[in-house]
Amino acid sequence: MDSRTSDQALLTPLRKTATTGLKIVIVGGFGVGKTTMVHSVSEIRPLSTEETMTRAGVGVDDASDVRDKTTTTVAFDFGRISLNDQMVLYLFGAPGQERFWFLWDRLFLGALGAVVLIDTRRLEDSWYAIDRLEHQKTPFIVACNDFGGPVYTLDQVRNALDLSAHVPLIKCDARRRDSSKTVLLELVNHLHALSATAENTR
Amino acid sequence: MSPRFDGEEPDRLYTVTGGRSHADENRLDIVTLIVSESGPEPGMQSEHAKILAMCTGPLSVVEISAELGLPVTIVKILLADLLDTGHVTARTPVPTSRWSQLPDVELLKQVLIGLQNL
Repeated sequence: MDSRTSDQALLTPLRKTATTGLKIVIVGGFGVGKTTMVHSVSEIRPLSTEETMTRAGVGVDDASDVRDKTTTTVAFDFGRISLNDQMVLYLFGAPGQERFWFLWDRLFLGALGAVVLIDTRRLEDSWYAIDRLEHQKTPFIVACNDFGGPVYTLDQVRNALDLSAHVPLIKCDARRRDSSKTVLLELVNHLHALSATAENTR
Repeated sequence: MSPRFDGEEPDRLYTVTGGRSHADENRLDIVTLIVSESGPEPGMQSEHAKILAMCTGPLSVVEISAELGLPVTIVKILLADLLDTGHVTARTPVPTSRWSQLPDVELLKQVLIGLQNL
C-alpha cells in the first residue's frame, strides 16, 4: 500500500505539448493489487495524494464551514502513461468499500471507464463496486488478479459475481506489465465497441 | 492508510486557503493540465509560488496535489486563485461530464494506439 514517493521529489515533467488528461479508475478491495497494477504500467513511480470531504458535505454542494464538521480523508494512488504528444492517461487506484464512495464520485466523473480488480478468494469485496458501477452506467471490465490460490474457471467466477454476460471478464497478473497492459487494452476495446454501437444506432 | 495529515491541524489547511473550503468543482478536474503563465512574484503566498515554479511545463491537478502534500480540494482552491489572476492556464480534459456518456470513438482509437505502443 505504501507508495508515497513525493518526499523524494520525483516529479517527472510531462511533454510540453500535452493538452489532454484522461483517466481510468482501477477499483477493488484492500490488498487486491490496485497499486501493483498502477505501478506495473505507469511511466512514473505511483504517487499518492488525498481527498478530503466533510461528512456534512457528502452529497450536497455547499461544504462550507469545514472546521466545525468532521473531515474524512481518503488516500489514493495514481500513475501516468503518456499515450502520444497530446494525450496523457492517468490511472487511479480506488478503494472499493462503500464508505469511500464520495471519493469515487469525483474520480469517476469524466473517467473513460473502470477496471474492477478482484481476488477470487475474496469475491465479496467486489460486490459493492460492481453493483454501483452497473447502476451508474459506468462502463467497466472485471480482471481476476492471480494470487496462486485455487483455480476457478472464468464461468465460475462470472456466476459467483452474478456478472452480466456483456461485461468482459479476464485473468491477469497485476505484477506484470504486459498483463496489466492487456487489461487496459481489454477495457478500451470494450469502450470502443460500446461507443461504436452507440454511434451507429444514433 | 496515509499518515500525511495525521496530527496536522485542520486550521493549517484553513489558513492556506484563507478560510475557503470549496472551489467550483466543475471548473477543474483532477486530470486538468495546468501551465504557469508567469513566474512567482515577491510577496506571493508560498503555495501559489510553489505551483508556479512547478508548472513551467504542463502538470495535472492531482500531481500538483501529490507534490505539495495538500488534498486535491485545497489545491483546486489555490489553482482557482491563480486562474483568476492569469498566472496559470488550464488545459481542460475532454468533457465527458455524465456517467452514462461514452467517450468519442476517435478518441478511443487514439488511446488504443497509445496503449499498444507501450
